Amino acid sequence: MTDHSARSSVSPMPTTPQPEPAHWRGIERLLADPEAQAALVEAFPRQASLLGDALDRRHFLKIMGASFGLAGLTACSAYPDDGKIVPYVKAPEEIVPGKPLFYASTFSMGEQVIGVLVESHMGRPTKIEGNPDHPASLGATDALTQAALLTLYDPDRSQTTRYYGDARPYEMFLRDLRKALDRHRADQGAGLRILTETVVSPALGFQLQRVLAAFPKAKWVQYEPCGRNLARAGAKLAFGRYVASQYRFEAADVVVALDADFLAAGPGHVRYAQDFSRRRRARFGQDATKQMSRLYMVECTLTSTGTVADHRIAVRPSELIEIANAIAVGLGIATGRPAQPPAAHAKFVETVVKDLQAHAGKSLFLVGDYQPAALHFLAHAINAKLGNVGQTLFYTDTPEVAPTDQEAEFRQLVAEMHAGAVETLIILGGNPAYTAPADVDFAGGLQKVKLAAHLSLYFDETSAHCHWHIPASHFLECWGDARAHDGTVSVQQPLIAPLYRETKSPLELLAAFLEEFNQSSEEIVRNFWQRNLAQLKSGKAFTPSVSGPVRIGRNAVGLQDEFEKQWRRTLHDGYLAGSAFTPVEVQLTGALAEAMATLPKPAPSGFEVVFRPDPMIYDGRFANNGWLQETPKPRSKLTWDNAVIVSPRTGAELGVVRKHDTEPYPVVEVEVGGRRVRGAALIVPGHPDNTLTMHLGYGRERAGSVGNGAGFNANLLRTAENLWMASGAKVSQTGETTRLACTQMHWEIEAAGAFRRRQLVREATLTEYLSDPQFARTEFDDPKARKLTLFEPPDDYTQGYAWGMVVDLNVCTGCQACVVACTAENNIPIVGKAEVLREREMHWIRIDQYYAGDPNDPNLALHLQPVMCQHCEMAPCELVCPVAATTHSPEGINEMTYNRCVGTKYCANNCPYKVRRFNFLHYSDYDTPVLKLGRNPDVTVRTRGVMEKCTYCIQRINAARIEAEKEDRRILDGEVITACQAVCPTQAIIFGDINDPNSQVAQLRKEPTNYGLLAELNVRPRTTYLAKVRNVHPDLVPARQAASSHSGHGGPSGDNHPDNSTPATTTGSHASGH
Amino acid sequence: MAQHFHRSMNTVAKVSIFGAVFIIGFGAWLLLEINRSSNVTNVGLALPQPVQFSHQHHVAGLGIECRYCHTSVENSAFANVPPISTCMNCHQQIWFGAPMLEPVRVSWKSGQALEWNRVHNLGDYVYFNHGIHVQKGIGCVSCHGRVDQMQLIYKDQPHTMEWCLNCHRNPAQYIRPRDQVFNMTWKPEDIGETQASLGARLVKEYNIESPRKLTSCSTCHH
Repeated sequence: MTDHSARSSVSPMPTTPQPEPAHWRGIERLLADPEAQAALVEAFPRQASLLGDALDRRHFLKIMGASFGLAGLTACSAYPDDGKIVPYVKAPEEIVPGKPLFYASTFSMGEQVIGVLVESHMGRPTKIEGNPDHPASLGATDALTQAALLTLYDPDRSQTTRYYGDARPYEMFLRDLRKALDRHRADQGAGLRILTETVVSPALGFQLQRVLAAFPKAKWVQYEPCGRNLARAGAKLAFGRYVASQYRFEAADVVVALDADFLAAGPGHVRYAQDFSRRRRARFGQDATKQMSRLYMVECTLTSTGTVADHRIAVRPSELIEIANAIAVGLGIATGRPAQPPAAHAKFVETVVKDLQAHAGKSLFLVGDYQPAALHFLAHAINAKLGNVGQTLFYTDTPEVAPTDQEAEFRQLVAEMHAGAVETLIILGGNPAYTAPADVDFAGGLQKVKLAAHLSLYFDETSAHCHWHIPASHFLECWGDARAHDGTVSVQQPLIAPLYRETKSPLELLAAFLEEFNQSSEEIVRNFWQRNLAQLKSGKAFTPSVSGPVRIGRNAVGLQDEFEKQWRRTLHDGYLAGSAFTPVEVQLTGALAEAMATLPKPAPSGFEVVFRPDPMIYDGRFANNGWLQETPKPRSKLTWDNAVIVSPRTGAELGVVRKHDTEPYPVVEVEVGGRRVRGAALIVPGHPDNTLTMHLGYGRERAGSVGNGAGFNANLLRTAENLWMASGAKVSQTGETTRLACTQMHWEIEAAGAFRRRQLVREATLTEYLSDPQFARTEFDDPKARKLTLFEPPDDYTQGYAWGMVVDLNVCTGCQACVVACTAENNIPIVGKAEVLREREMHWIRIDQYYAGDPNDPNLALHLQPVMCQHCEMAPCELVCPVAATTHSPEGINEMTYNRCVGTKYCANNCPYKVRRFNFLHYSDYDTPVLKLGRNPDVTVRTRGVMEKCTYCIQRINAARIEAEKEDRRILDGEVITACQAVCPTQAIIFGDINDPNSQVAQLRKEPTNYGLLAELNVRPRTTYLAKVRNVHPDLVPARQAASSHSGHGGPSGDNHPDNSTPATTTGSHASGH
Repeated sequence: MAQHFHRSMNTVAKVSIFGAVFIIGFGAWLLLEINRSSNVTNVGLALPQPVQFSHQHHVAGLGIECRYCHTSVENSAFANVPPISTCMNCHQQIWFGAPMLEPVRVSWKSGQALEWNRVHNLGDYVYFNHGIHVQKGIGCVSCHGRVDQMQLIYKDQPHTMEWCLNCHRNPAQYIRPRDQVFNMTWKPEDIGETQASLGARLVKEYNIESPRKLTSCSTCHH
């Protein structure tokens, strides 16, 4: 194995000779380039970039003059125009105007299924929340689910059926389809193909089976570009059949994850995040704390799970394979390969093996969905050897209706298309022309198909190559059902009639094949459930019989009533009780060594490349979703682009290091197997060396007005051998530069000096915590030690409600779900790349990311901290507002009155946490009618010139208070849940009344790890944090300690030296302090 | 050297600087008074409506209570304008065929809603909740005036923020027993009390918040 780290003669990133602060954010800031530092540090470097494209004064006055002139005229009108009141003609029974209703539905995205409750205001869905009763998600959602709402109201959505791009009535498509089907009836469908994404919907699966029964020679192919194909293949290799793994993280003491981002991605990840976090909370005096689980992460790219891991190493994909093998061999499994872990990680492997053996039966070994099938086989073997099966892991049927090797079937389909063997191809969803790997010419194959039709939300790359494009209904507009990862079946019910008359759901389209034109998707789902209810609850996957009539006669009364009850209960609850899978028994086949022999060998030279779906855009389907484009991606904090991500050391070798973090990014060209793409090079500390990560989903040309032209298309490099990993890549500089809107350095809390910087994220190891639970406290956190102040707040906060929030840093995974949820709840506008470059993104909550250690060390520590308005009792922002637009409520909320704000921005200047956001431009879209439907009517939509910030979801507090006052009672704990709290899968955010001694937030504030951010400023923040506690293994000194040669400060989590008996405190110099 | 300015300018300067204070003060007062005037607030202005619905006839004449039509006033933020089906409850039989009710019938048959001109409106940045006011003992007449005597609805009160604060700073001045909220003619004297004593008692009984809480910005603006 070539050791790339020794090969290059370029020195790694130089580190500053002064003692570095323990936590840092910007790699360029650590560079000792004093000229760059000196020149720019004073002069608002990010604003310096504006000088290039400044508006000259004359032009500016012209523009202002014009808008000024028009401004006064709107007030003049003949009649006072307060608008109209438009009542119903026949009011729907359940709707009380002004009160939202919640309906249960299901969001499925490929193989990920999440039960949701959707808030509906007067018939318009405005917010997606999780369904707390749904076993597969327990009330959590993720960023993609939250943002799915915006897709419903996307103005770029396709609204009409198209033939070669021209609008045509749907009936014309039906006519064409009928003609084709008549031909196919003669040859039993020999040339008919249906291409879908992975189908986890029993009703849709059933419809497809019926079509296949009507046309026996037709084929149904599934292709989910970023699905779990390799995991499925691994299970097939291991057990001879397809099975799904169900994990019990709350029962696992030790979890070893090899590139498995189980907290942030993959089916079931929201449930797993909750289960996992239950073993990670450090609560004083509780046994659960002593039994905190331990997570080892071996990653070959950037993952969210890695930030939570107690031990994380970042290695090349080829090294990951060796490490997996070494662990297996260490556990006594015959893999047919000698154990050859990279020397630097031998100790890690040894410790992992020891730990797993010590916790046999209470551990979990996971392999990421994009790792080769052989490694999945290996994982099954390891879990079996450790006796985890039946304890922390069990196997069940798969939620996919028809699990297959999708990659192989897809390739075969395209081969058939090219051979002219496919006459009719119906594509339900997906975008194969874009997502297919580069060596699969799907678009070319479409040319040979006689009738190609694509059902999709947008007129995208695939639709452009098909004859017919049929607009798809959004999941909030149509009926369906879905089977979650654990087998729970739930119904997807629409919340609004289709916005555009012509849109169809897949069920409705397939009904056309069966000549059942008048069946609505509701009827189809209902009838399917009526016939198969018992089997849906059986705990097994099943193939319903396709013979016999589908419709149940209305005269089967008894059957109707019983089913009606069940149906209504399922719709109400959001899931079918008792439908989760029951475990199945499986046996390992003996073919592990054979499988391991098929693992690819890396090329002798060149870089290794990792392809992954983008954390926010996924496989490209969300490219036009502004919320997701603007949400910073976990770890890289990039927005509106993808990049060629490299580690600092590799970046230095490639010469793509920037001198200052406001400089543009160099564009590099990556060549893999003769194919080339160009992209900006982004250096992210913590990324493995000599590896490149490229996220898919970008470089689209037909995404819509929001997504077109963003990033580059990494699919162009992918081939059958290089689907998720490649080696032998060559990277060359192009000499061009471009700008990337990376938010890592944005909103930096100015913490000058090492002391302040270490106070932001406080952490310790579990041993240190147990011996000194007060490690995170400084004298400023003691409420009795409050400093004297000239102006005490006028309110007595001990009476009535006092709102506060606690953020548990131990469980935050940085998934950004809170960011998107807040955006959805509070009508936060997106600003676009140009404005994000100017640090003007409007997110009210952000997740700050800090590094600790040597930037050249890929295994350095990562820290996350969600920051939103701290609602300081002595708020520095309130003092300086000249118009009293920001005031303090007697309950402790720092209020923001948008209509009063004149845009001085002094408050933002004064805020030490940098949580205030200013509408520099008119970011909110006032004009597009369809976007108005999705706004939350309880929150003002802000215009330009107005400051905004987190309000602790005051609209929810007020609504709860009004209800409570009407009933003459107090607001109960848990009645007010902020948007960020509701969505967080690990429940890292807790909000409530701190005056209520029984409330969760009051209990958490009593924890010894509870501290306030920048409490030394005496602002008295109502939001406090629980310090991080890491359950490190005593044998493993954090790599940063071993690697770094300079003085001490490995950071406050220091396992400083194994023989150091004094417990480490947050500040090295305060060791004697308290 | 010749003086640019005539000596009289000294007086002019002194007078105008001294007078500027009064002039600017007067100007500001004038603006504020104009903003309070019915020219701006539209107090007393009855807007034409698609159907000349008379509250006086229906409420005073026929005795229909507010909540028969405005059904969500106790529960929700809006006091809804009733759906056409409410009108047709009676007008399928009463005044059936009357030309005045043609727009109502047309709306009912076609399913196209009737568009009323809005008389009472607050800014989009104000979140007013009817339900809590009604449940805490503020009578309809306190804010909307004698609706039972209005042929066409007009604004009886300015509904400016100053006007709202007037009550929020001293709710005892306007509060009434819960069962009299919909009574247009009720006076405290009817139960032999003065507003002062009744108000003080009811504020405690109905758990009305302190003026400090009622006048905190986020109560209405969020």
